[in-house]
Amino acid sequence: MRPVDPSEFAKGPTEGGSARVSEAVARALRARRGDAGAHRPRDPAPSRTAYRMNRLWLTPSVRFFLRRVAPVLAVAGCAAIWFASEENRRAFTDTYAAAKFEIQNRPEFMVKLMAIDGASEGLAEEIREVTSIDFPISSFSLDLQEQLSRVEELDAVESAGLRVRAGGILQVDVKERVPAVVWRGSNGLTLLDAEGHRVAALESRLDRPDLPLIAGEGAEREVAQAIRLLKAARPLENRLRGLVRVGERRWDLVLDRDQVIMLPEKNPLGALAQVIAMDQAKDLLERDATHVDLRRPDRPTLRLTEAAVSEMERLRAIEMGVSFR
Amino acid sequence: MTDLYDAQRAMRNMRKAALQRGVIAILDVGTSKIACLVLRFDGDSFTGGDGVGPLAGQSSFRVIGAATTRSRGVRFGEIEAMAETERAIRTAVQAAQKMAQTRVDHVIACFSGGQPRSYGLAGQVEVETDVVSEQDVARVLAASDVPDYGTHRDVLHAQPVNFALDHRSGLKDPRGQIGQDLAVDMHMLTVDSATIQNLLYAIKRCDLEVAGLASGAYVSGISALVEDEQELGAACVDMGGGATDVSIFMKKHMIFADSVRMGGDHVTSDIAMGLQIPLATAERIKTFYGGVVATGMDDREMIEIGGDSGDWDKDRRTVSRAELIGIIRPRVEEILEGVRDSLDAAGFEHLPSQQIVLTGGASQIPGLVTLAPKILGQNVRIGRPLRVQGLPQAATGAAFAASVGLCLFAAHPQDEWWDFEIPAERYPSRSLKRAVRWFKDNW
Repeated sequence: MRPVDPSEFAKGPTEGGSARVSEAVARALRARRGDAGAHRPRDPAPSRTAYRMNRLWLTPSVRFFLRRVAPVLAVAGCAAIWFASEENRRAFTDTYAAAKFEIQNRPEFMVKLMAIDGASEGLAEEIREVTSIDFPISSFSLDLQEQLSRVEELDAVESAGLRVRAGGILQVDVKERVPAVVWRGSNGLTLLDAEGHRVAALESRLDRPDLPLIAGEGAEREVAQAIRLLKAARPLENRLRGLVRVGERRWDLVLDRDQVIMLPEKNPLGALAQVIAMDQAKDLLERDATHVDLRRPDRPTLRLTEAAVSEMERLRAIEMGVSFR
Repeated sequence: MTDLYDAQRAMRNMRKAALQRGVIAILDVGTSKIACLVLRFDGDSFTGGDGVGPLAGQSSFRVIGAATTRSRGVRFGEIEAMAETERAIRTAVQAAQKMAQTRVDHVIACFSGGQPRSYGLAGQVEVETDVVSEQDVARVLAASDVPDYGTHRDVLHAQPVNFALDHRSGLKDPRGQIGQDLAVDMHMLTVDSATIQNLLYAIKRCDLEVAGLASGAYVSGISALVEDEQELGAACVDMGGGATDVSIFMKKHMIFADSVRMGGDHVTSDIAMGLQIPLATAERIKTFYGGVVATGMDDREMIEIGGDSGDWDKDRRTVSRAELIGIIRPRVEEILEGVRDSLDAAGFEHLPSQQIVLTGGASQIPGLVTLAPKILGQNVRIGRPLRVQGLPQAATGAAFAASVGLCLFAAHPQDEWWDFEIPAERYPSRSLKRAVRWFKDNW
C-alpha cells in the first residue's frame, strides 16, 4: 500500500563498511558479467494482454467453466475417445467381468453345502431336489429369495427360512405341515393338515389308519369343522367310518353297517350331540336303522331297513289283531 | 450542455446497474498515487437504530479489495502521459481485483486537476399551481442563469443547495409545499474538458466503464468532515501530491471548491533541488525526517543524504534536520497561503463557522498543526477519513480521504441537476407529456 517502498533505497552504513559500497561493487560485477539490466526494477504494470487475461479469469462464468466444467468435459472426452474403439470396449468389458468373477468366487463367498433343519427324510430329499443347487456356488449367484419361494411352494412345507450361515453353509429351516385327516377326493386319497392344506398324496388308506377319513366335494375346505365333528363323535369312534360332505354344505357321519347320521347345515355339533345322547339313552344306533336324519334337528327321522319295516308291520298287526297275509 | 447531461445521466444509470450487480470499483487518480478500492454492495444495509442514524449510506457496502500504486504520468492531478497513467491504473485495478477475487467492470473516478471553478447559480419561477410539483422544481432548475463558463470546460457537479419558496428560505425539498415563487440556489463546478476526456479515455483503455465522476475536493470533503462540520459549515483542505483541493461545505452541501496547484511533490522537488539529491531520496527524507517547526534539537540531528555519484565526499553528505525544515517550511507556507487566498476569494470569513480541516497525504507532515493556524485561523484540525467497513489499515490514513469519500459518493450520491426531471418544454416534440400539456392549456 505504500507508494514509496523504503527497501528501494540504500541501507545506512554498516560496521563492516558501507552497504552502499558493496551494492556498487555488486553492480559493477553484474555489469562485467553482462546482465546489466537485471537489477533494474521490473515494470510492475501488467501488459494489456495480461490484464485482460486476468480479468477474464476473474469473470465468474469463465472461472466456473474452467474450474468445474472443463475438467469434467476433458475427462469425459478422453473416455469417449478411448471407448470409441470396439477393441477397447471389449477389453474393458472383459477385464470388468474377469475382475467381478475373481472377487465373487473368492473362498470367503463360496457356499459349500446345504443344511436342512426341521424336515423329515422325504421332505429334505424333496427340498434338495427342488432347489437343485450344485455346490460349491458363490453366494453372489445364489438367489435366496427365489430358492425360498421354491421351498415354500412345496405342499408339505408350512413355512421356511433360508440363509447363508458362517462357514459357507446354506441353512434351510423348515416347519413341516402335520397331516390331520385323509381326504378321499376325485383324485384319490390325499393327506390334509388341520387347515385343509394338502400335505401329500396317499397310496392307500391302510398307510395311515390312524387318521380319520373325510370325503365328498368341498370337504377339504371345511377340514376344521370336520375335525371338530370327529372330536365330538369320539363316543362312536370304534364304529366311525368317516365324514362325507354333501352338496358342499352339510356333513354325513358314516358308521359301519352303512349307517348314516345326516347332520344339518347349521349347528351340526349340537345335532351330533343329540344323536349321541339318543344312542346312549335308547341304543339308537344299535337298532336296525340305516339313516338317522337330523337335517331338521327338532324332528329327528329314522329310515329303517326293509326287514325292520316288515317286522315292525308284523308286530303292529299282531298288536291290532289283523293279518295282512 | 445537453450532451454532458446525457453523459452524466448515462453514468448515473451505469452506477445503478453496477449497484444492482453489487460490485463497483472506485479509482482515485492522484498525482503521487493511484488508489483503487473494490466495493461490494450487499442488500442488508444498516438502517440505523437507537440513536444511530443511517450513517449516510456507508454501512451498505464493504471494501473487499484495495490497492495503491505509485502514480505515473500525472501532474497537478491531470493526465500528462496517457500510456503511463493507463499502466498505473491497470496495476492498481488488477491488484485490487486480485484481492477482491472478483472482476469489476464499473468504476467511479475522481481527480483533483482541471482547474475547478465554482459558480453560484440562482433561478426563480412562478409555481404553476398552488402546490410545488416535480415539474416546478425542474423548471426552476432550468431557469437558473448559467454563466458563460467557456467552451472548453464541462460541468462536473451541479447541485441544488437551497430552495426558497416566497420568503421562506432553506428548504431541502419544496415539493408539495404551497407558495407562489420558487427560487433555487445552485452550486456548479466546472473543470477543463480535456482533463475529463483524458481520464475517461485512460479508463476506457483499461476495459472499464465509468459509472461516475467526482471532483477530488468534493469527495475528500465528504469523508474528512464530520457530520456537524458539514452541517454548520467548514472548509476541507486536501493536501495531495500535485494539487491542494479546497472545498467549503455548508448545510451538508458543497458550496465552493477550488484547487491550488501546489502539493507535496513540490516540497519533494524543493528538497531535491536544495540538497542536490535524487527525487526518490528526497521523498524518503521528507517522509522520515520532514517537519515544519524547527527546535534546538533539530540542529544536532544529522541526516545522511548520500548520493550515487561514486564520489566519496558527495556520497557522505549530511544535513541537519533544521536545514531540511528550512527547505520544507516555506513551501508549506506557500501552499497554505494559496489556500488562504482561495478561501478569501470564496468569502469564507463571512461563514458562521470557521472550521478548517486539513487532510490528504501532505497534511501528515509533523508540526503542521502549529503552522496552519498562523495562516488559516484558529479552528484548524488534521482530519482523517471516515472509517468504512473492510478498509485495510494501510488505507485509513489521511492520504486516502478522497478514496474513502468516493466510496461514500458511490453509495449515497447527492442529487445533482441531472437527477431531476426534465422540464416539459424541453422534451422532444413527440413527447406524450407535451401533448397532455397542450390539451390542458387549450381546454
